[in-house]
Amino acid sequence: MLILWELFLSFATVGLFCIGGGYASMPLIQAEVVEKHAWLSMREFVDIFTISQMTPGPIGINAATFVGTRVDGIPGSIAATAGFVFPSLIIILILAYLYYKYGNVGAIRGILNGLRPAVVALIASAGVGILLLALWDKEKLPVSLDATNKIGVLIFALSLAAIHSKKVGTIKTLLASGVLGLVFYSLAGL
Amino acid sequence: MNEVKRQPEQQPVTYWTLFKSTFIISAFTVGGGFVLIPLMKAKFVDEYHWISEKESLDLVAIAQSAPGAVAINAAIIMGYRMGKVKGLLTTLLGTVLPPLITLTIVSQFYTAFATNHYVQMVLKGMQCGVAAVILDVVIDLIVKQCRKKLLLPILIMFGSFIASYIFNINIMYIILVDAFIGLGLMQKPIYN
Repeated sequence: MLILWELFLSFATVGLFCIGGGYASMPLIQAEVVEKHAWLSMREFVDIFTISQMTPGPIGINAATFVGTRVDGIPGSIAATAGFVFPSLIIILILAYLYYKYGNVGAIRGILNGLRPAVVALIASAGVGILLLALWDKEKLPVSLDATNKIGVLIFALSLAAIHSKKVGTIKTLLASGVLGLVFYSLAGL
Repeated sequence: MNEVKRQPEQQPVTYWTLFKSTFIISAFTVGGGFVLIPLMKAKFVDEYHWISEKESLDLVAIAQSAPGAVAINAAIIMGYRMGKVKGLLTTLLGTVLPPLITLTIVSQFYTAFATNHYVQMVLKGMQCGVAAVILDVVIDLIVKQCRKKLLLPILIMFGSFIASYIFNINIMYIILVDAFIGLGLMQKPIYN
């Protein structure tokens, strides 16, 4: 029981102080998991990185699950994950309450007015990264046109047409793009 | 798949739709919060019309300003908006379960699974689908922002993009600077 509580507390600390998200949380996780509690070796810790690149979910959740499972099986993974999301849950609840109550107060309105275009920019930044990764297998410019993945372009164009037409839902588009990948790459004999 | 009909009207919010949407989005998106958020936006705003675009961007801005993973925060706040505490627990569960399941149960043979030839083909195809959905959302948002013909938001948008994508500046600093610009210069109703 004690170990579950320790996992919960440890990842609650990570969740609370992980500001800015993503890889910014790695040093915090390292401090808690490798240095303070020695639940993982440095090598295993680096493996979480690699696994996070290929699996769904934020790196904090992945680390919590990985460490929790290692320390105390499935109960451990649940305790650690619950710990990681707990501070978010409380803080977001408070912020959401304030937003719906005071969202129209001048100062808060101003801040949100400044942040909305920033959110568009951050989504665009992730979008460009994903597009380059899908069609050129790298996340940053420059790319060479010769190296363009032609099957990728085809699937991308079909998906874009589907989603833009508003006739096909988001999830159906995603699933269909997976099926197209299987069919086209098989036909191309890759 | 073309015979799927979707009405433009608002669809009723049910816990099952909330769970299903967030679960599938979380399960199939590899690569961080800002990949997941446009997919949620595509689903909740453009497809189901549950909330307005402006409100969804406000909520994401709040999600980004709080500690923790952006994807989780966005799921929590969208869930709260859609169905209070029960809605929030539904979307939280939907978002957390895929990585939880993947890492506990599948982790032993995940490498074998992920390097499998056919799985690779599906994932590679899906990456293009994800890119298409995000680009559709992004272009729409940028066009709408530019149509308002307000200099400041457009400058923030392009400035933040350059800071984030070209110069790799930590998102937290970008958010802080933009929040100060908003606080100081954008309280007038035309910016709402």
